[in-house]
Amino acid sequence: MNSPAQPLPSVSVEVRDLRKSFHGKPVLKGIKLKVAPGEIFAIMGPSGSGKSVLLKHIIGLMEPDSGEVFIQGESIAAPGIRDNYRMAMVFQSGALLTSLNVAENVGIYLTEHLMRPPEEIARIVSAQLEAVGLKGVEEQMPNELSGGMQKRVAIARALIMDPQLILFDEPTSELDPLMAAVVGGEILKLKGRTQATAIVVTHDRELAFGIADRMAMMAGGEILFVGTPEEIKRSPDPRIHEFTYARLPTSHVPPKRNLEPT
Amino acid sequence: MFQNIGEIIVLFWRTLQTLPLAWRQRRKVFDQLFEIGNGSLLMVCILALFIGGVLALQTGPVLTERGLSYVLGGMVGLSMCKELAPVMLAILIAGRSGSAMSAEIGSMRVYEEIDALRTMNIDPVSYLVLPRMLAIAVALPALVLFAIPVGWLGGAVVSSVNHHIAVGFDTFFQDLRQVVEFGDIVNGVFKSFVFALAIGIISCHQGLITRGGPRGIGRSVTKAVVNSIVSVLILDYFLTRFLLYVQK
Repeated sequence: MNSPAQPLPSVSVEVRDLRKSFHGKPVLKGIKLKVAPGEIFAIMGPSGSGKSVLLKHIIGLMEPDSGEVFIQGESIAAPGIRDNYRMAMVFQSGALLTSLNVAENVGIYLTEHLMRPPEEIARIVSAQLEAVGLKGVEEQMPNELSGGMQKRVAIARALIMDPQLILFDEPTSELDPLMAAVVGGEILKLKGRTQATAIVVTHDRELAFGIADRMAMMAGGEILFVGTPEEIKRSPDPRIHEFTYARLPTSHVPPKRNLEPT
Repeated sequence: MFQNIGEIIVLFWRTLQTLPLAWRQRRKVFDQLFEIGNGSLLMVCILALFIGGVLALQTGPVLTERGLSYVLGGMVGLSMCKELAPVMLAILIAGRSGSAMSAEIGSMRVYEEIDALRTMNIDPVSYLVLPRMLAIAVALPALVLFAIPVGWLGGAVVSSVNHHIAVGFDTFFQDLRQVVEFGDIVNGVFKSFVFALAIGIISCHQGLITRGGPRGIGRSVTKAVVNSIVSVLILDYFLTRFLLYVQK
C-alpha cells in the first residue's frame, strides 16, 4: 500500500475500444481515449451519454463487455492494481457512509489502511475539511449537511488520499455558483500540489472550459471529439456546437415584470 | 437459485479469508454485538418464557392424565435446549437482525457507498460482512444459552400454577436435572452457531446483490428473511440427524 506521505507521480490513462451494454442497449460504443499524466481531462456531454458509466469503467467499478482500461500501461483488471496506484473518485451523489460522521468519512482511507495514529488522522482531516471550506463539521452526520456540503466532504475524502488519479463525477452538481467555483479551484490546486491526473465528467460548461487541459465531447455512447477547450469551441460539428453554445430560447424567457409603482 | 447458493459459498469463503483482520474491525464487531445481542435480549426473554410455558401447557395435562407428569420437566428441558430455543431464536434473529443487515448493506449498495469503499481499496467483505458475521456467530449462541433456562423457568411456572398439571417446581427441576445433560445444551448451542452463520451470510449476500432503489432494498430484506428462515429449518433437520449420529 502506498503511503500518502510522499506524493507519487501522476499516471496515464488509456481506454481501448470500450464497449458496454445494459439489457441489450449499448451504452458505450467503442470508446478510445488517452489521458496524459498530470492532465486535467474533462468529459462533457448531455445527460445519458454514458459519461458516468465510462468513469466507473476507468476506476474498475464496472467490467466492460469488451475493451480495456490501462493505468500507466497496466490493465485496471490486473490483480493488485489498487495497491500499486492511488486512485480516488468523487461520486455524483457524494456516496458518504451514512453510518459514520464527517471526520470518520474523510479519514476512512487512512484509518482502514492504518496509515497514521488517530490523533494525526484527526489533524489531517480537519485541515482537509478546512481546505474545502468546511470548518467545525467533523462531528456532524452526513444527513445533517446540505447536498453541496456533502459533495465537499466527498472531495475532501478523495483528496486525503493524495491520489495519483482522481475522477470527478459531476463535481459541481447541486452546488451554488460560488461553491462550484471553489470546487473548480480545488481541482486546479490539486494539479499544482500533487500533479495528479484528473478526469472530470460534467455537463457544467463553465467548469469544463475553465479547468480542462483537454476535453472530450461525448454523446450517445461515443466520443465525438477530443481536443483543447479552444479546439472544441471552434469545432464545426453541429452536435458539439449545439451543446457548447446551447441557450435558453428567448421565447421561453418570461417577460420582465414592471416593478415601478403605477 | 443455484447461482445464489454458489455466490453465498464464495462469500462465506472470502469472509473466512478475512478472519485475520478481525481484530482491526473489533469496534464494528462490538457495535454489531450490542445491536444483535443486547437489542434482542428483552424479546428473547419474553419469547423463551412463553415457549416454555406453552410447551408445559400443551403437554402437561395429557401427561398428567396418563400418570406421567413426573417426566414433564425432562421433556420441557430437552425440547427447549435441543430444539425450541435454537430454532425459535434463529427465526427471531433472522427477522430482527438479518433484515437489518440486508437493509443496511443493501442501501449502501444502492447509494454507491460500497463503490466508494472499493475505490478507496477497502474490501467490503472485511469492512461490512466480517464484523456482522462475527457478531451474529457470538450473539445467537449466547442468546440461546440465556434463553434455555428462561424457557425452563416458564415451563416450571406454568406446571406449578396450572391446576390441570400440578407439578411443583421441585419435581419439575428434579426430573429436568435427571434427563438433561450438559451435552444437550452444547447440542443446542452448536445448532444456533450454525444457524447464525447461515443467517449472517444469507443476509449480507442479499444486501450486497441489491439492485434498484428503495423497492430493491425492500425486496432484498424480504428475501433475506425468508431465505434465512427456510435455511434454518432445512439445516435443523440435517444438523439433528448429524448430532444424533455423533451422539450414538
